[in-house]
Amino acid sequence: MPFIPHTPEEQREMLAAIGVDSIEALFEDIPAKFRAGDLNLPSGLSEMEVRQKLEKTAARNHTDLTSFLGAGFYDHYIPSAVDALCSRGEFYTAYTPYQAEASQGMLQAIFEYQTAVARLMDLEYANASLYDGGTALYEAIMMAVRHTRRSRIVISESVNPIYRVMLDSYTTNLKLDLVTVPHKDCNTDMDALLAALNDDTAAVIVQNPNFFGTVQDFTALFDKAREHKIVSVISTYPVMQSILKTPGRMGADIAVAEGQSLGLPLSFGGPYLGIMACNKQLIRQMPGRIAGRTVDKNGKTGFVLTLQAREQHIRREKATSNICSNQALCALRALMYMSLLGPQGLKKTAQVGIERAHYAANRLERLPGVRVVNQPFGNEFTVKLPVRAYEVIDKLLDMKFVPGFPLGRYYQGMDNHLLVACTEKTTKQCIGILAELIGGAL
Amino acid sequence: MKTLFQDSSKGRTGVWPKEPKGNTEADIPAYLLRDTAPKLPELSEIDVIRHFTRLSRLNYSVDSNFYPLGSCTMKYNPKFTEAVAAQPGFTNLHPLIPQLKGAGHMTQGALEVLYETEQLLGEITGMSAFTLQPMAGAHGELTGVMLMAAYHNDKGNRKTKIIVPDSAHGTNPASAAIAGYDVVSIQSKNGMIDPDELEKVLDDEVAGLMMTCPNTLGLFECGLERIVKLVHGVDGLLYYDGANLNAIMGKMRVGDVGFDVVHLNLHKTFATPHGGGGPGSGPVGVSQRLVDYLPISRVVKLEDGQYYLNYDYPKSIGYIAPFYGNFGVILKAYAYILRLGREGIVRATENAVLAANYLRKRIEEHLEIPHDRICMHEFVASAAKQAEKGVRALDIAKALLDKGHYAPTIYFPLIVKECLMFEPTETESKETLDGFVDDLIEILGRVETDPQSIHDAPVTTPVQRLDEVRAARSMELVDDAGL
Repeated sequence: MPFIPHTPEEQREMLAAIGVDSIEALFEDIPAKFRAGDLNLPSGLSEMEVRQKLEKTAARNHTDLTSFLGAGFYDHYIPSAVDALCSRGEFYTAYTPYQAEASQGMLQAIFEYQTAVARLMDLEYANASLYDGGTALYEAIMMAVRHTRRSRIVISESVNPIYRVMLDSYTTNLKLDLVTVPHKDCNTDMDALLAALNDDTAAVIVQNPNFFGTVQDFTALFDKAREHKIVSVISTYPVMQSILKTPGRMGADIAVAEGQSLGLPLSFGGPYLGIMACNKQLIRQMPGRIAGRTVDKNGKTGFVLTLQAREQHIRREKATSNICSNQALCALRALMYMSLLGPQGLKKTAQVGIERAHYAANRLERLPGVRVVNQPFGNEFTVKLPVRAYEVIDKLLDMKFVPGFPLGRYYQGMDNHLLVACTEKTTKQCIGILAELIGGAL
Repeated sequence: MKTLFQDSSKGRTGVWPKEPKGNTEADIPAYLLRDTAPKLPELSEIDVIRHFTRLSRLNYSVDSNFYPLGSCTMKYNPKFTEAVAAQPGFTNLHPLIPQLKGAGHMTQGALEVLYETEQLLGEITGMSAFTLQPMAGAHGELTGVMLMAAYHNDKGNRKTKIIVPDSAHGTNPASAAIAGYDVVSIQSKNGMIDPDELEKVLDDEVAGLMMTCPNTLGLFECGLERIVKLVHGVDGLLYYDGANLNAIMGKMRVGDVGFDVVHLNLHKTFATPHGGGGPGSGPVGVSQRLVDYLPISRVVKLEDGQYYLNYDYPKSIGYIAPFYGNFGVILKAYAYILRLGREGIVRATENAVLAANYLRKRIEEHLEIPHDRICMHEFVASAAKQAEKGVRALDIAKALLDKGHYAPTIYFPLIVKECLMFEPTETESKETLDGFVDDLIEILGRVETDPQSIHDAPVTTPVQRLDEVRAARSMELVDDAGL
């Protein structure tokens, strides 16, 4: 049997030591009426057969596409060293580092990851990771609700709608009042947000660049929030954060992000990485694992999981969150990615994406009836087409081109709007073809 | 070992994908840009390779050590599943592709993986339908409790409480509380849920009971049948925490018993690696009466064999994940189930329980086992007697590290004093188990002869016992090097 080392003779020896005469005797506690019959599963396959079968399955996915799809999830180049390092069994077959002395590798890596994230966001602290950008946003809201003891949440409609529908589900039973402030021509509507803040508000939530790609400064909004003792939450794009004004500089209290862009493959939606950083005042409300530096009894530097009085295994129903397993290996990948690129490499990656996107916007805007809606933007932008975005996508798919994401899927009245993303992997040549194909499809 | 930040040298460069023109201010006004680049480490590629290779060597792992961490099912993680999941046909797939009209045919392979995995898990557990979206066990619990709430709300039931036994994983009460319920804890009797105690707290406001079976002592709940009847009697729902599924897989299907919701931990029972603390995957299965409330999207198979994502479920709890779950993890579990098949699944359970009982029997003369009877896949021992002599469970755990074994789970479940929870899993050989017990016996012998040596442990690890109080007080949670 696969992966079971016991020979029949060893099994007999073990049964004799236990004092029973069959393996079946070990299951006598399960009442006869609950005993399962033979499972209706296929027979086992050899390793080779499983791999052959799943090679065929993989081949049924179309990954030979030229894609301008982003919408919060981006196709960045992953240096070969990331996979080489991450596939070390010492990392990926370990558990959560409960026994610190036997887990220093993971603990130091988490500490370094926390440091890198805090520096990227320009905030004091970061945790060891959450599941993804959406659940990180939900956890940020819950931090604000606990911290302020208020229940009103103001969120911009330009925050990724994939996350906003998740927030709807999570807050259904929680007596929270989620107020969504509409966007204004793909900009986050600062005036409307300012007007929506009041002394009952727990948190204000914005995204930069927002879902449409627009880059803005939220300093004034966060200043006003502070006056009302409201927690300011900003959702960001980590690669772009290497060049854009930081959450810390804008005065945000909590920064969250989907960390997929930092060296994680798109992998059909997961595993991804929930990034969270916060300022000093909120650290005890932080969910999830946190590593800290300390010394051993000989004074040697070492690392432990710390501030565990927040966590479910200690506080049970009074914990700050129920999270146990997080995305440690994904955080490790992100740390490796950031270390390999360094500050300059990360910035250059962002810059190439921005340059490509502006080149693409320029090319598309030359087409009749096509208008770039937002300004300024980073590596992603919104164009309004003279026809429905779906129709253009449908036509281009046949040529193995995905020109972008149709905003009509989430926004009423935006059926003609297309969200187009570029990264350092996007070539000028492909942008040229894209412009020609879209031009031909109009 | 120095941190990445301590090792950083200004101006040193690693991997740059491409050189930009660099005139970003032409595209984005300066006031929207950051003043200085983030102070990330500046290293060469080989610096990074050496740093992480050295860090990896400081870890104990299943690939390098016996890892009898109770409740965590640290079985061997087969390497072919890594190869399967690393295929570009899966890793390069953007999750929004199937949401584009006209692109339905482009992700048929991935959708088939999801559909087939749901079917296989449904057969193994006897549940009517599954969602694979929860990204870890605790996330599955929260999803499960949200499903229970949706059921009661839809029926117009006024339910405010969820019952959780005192032996439960800490995530159970935390998940129930986060979903908006009051948590009622009930005391165990002889290590089991006491149906009489349960009956006392049952009333019409009880939304359900969360339980683990076998429970966290590794014992099968002997009152299970009555418990199910009692909870269903007040229109409560039965929640099954699948952390211990490795004890019953192929022997009992929780759906057949009457459970309404179950979450599984693919990173335990189905051999996907724990990754040093994730990513996991926590699929949730439901009985027929909860199917309508499952999260969207759901994968549907058409008569012509094509798959598509259906979002049209008006009673659904909505979206709990951005997409379809931790797909890369689900793939590995799928490959593992295909490899084991009908027979292998049952043999895994049988040998896990065999190994646990063998280990229990070999340990029982040396360490007190409060409920010493045939156990399932794990068992709990107590170092209470050793503690009277000053050697606590923690000390024994640390001494085991010096022998090259990872430690068992300690101080959980909370209902046994000085407890050590052992889960050997089916993939460890008899020699490994014997070697472990011999080492444990040697350590316990020193409780009398040389207790100080146990207090001093570990001495062979990269660091010795760490000052946790100092860590919590000094709050050094980030590095200040190079600022």
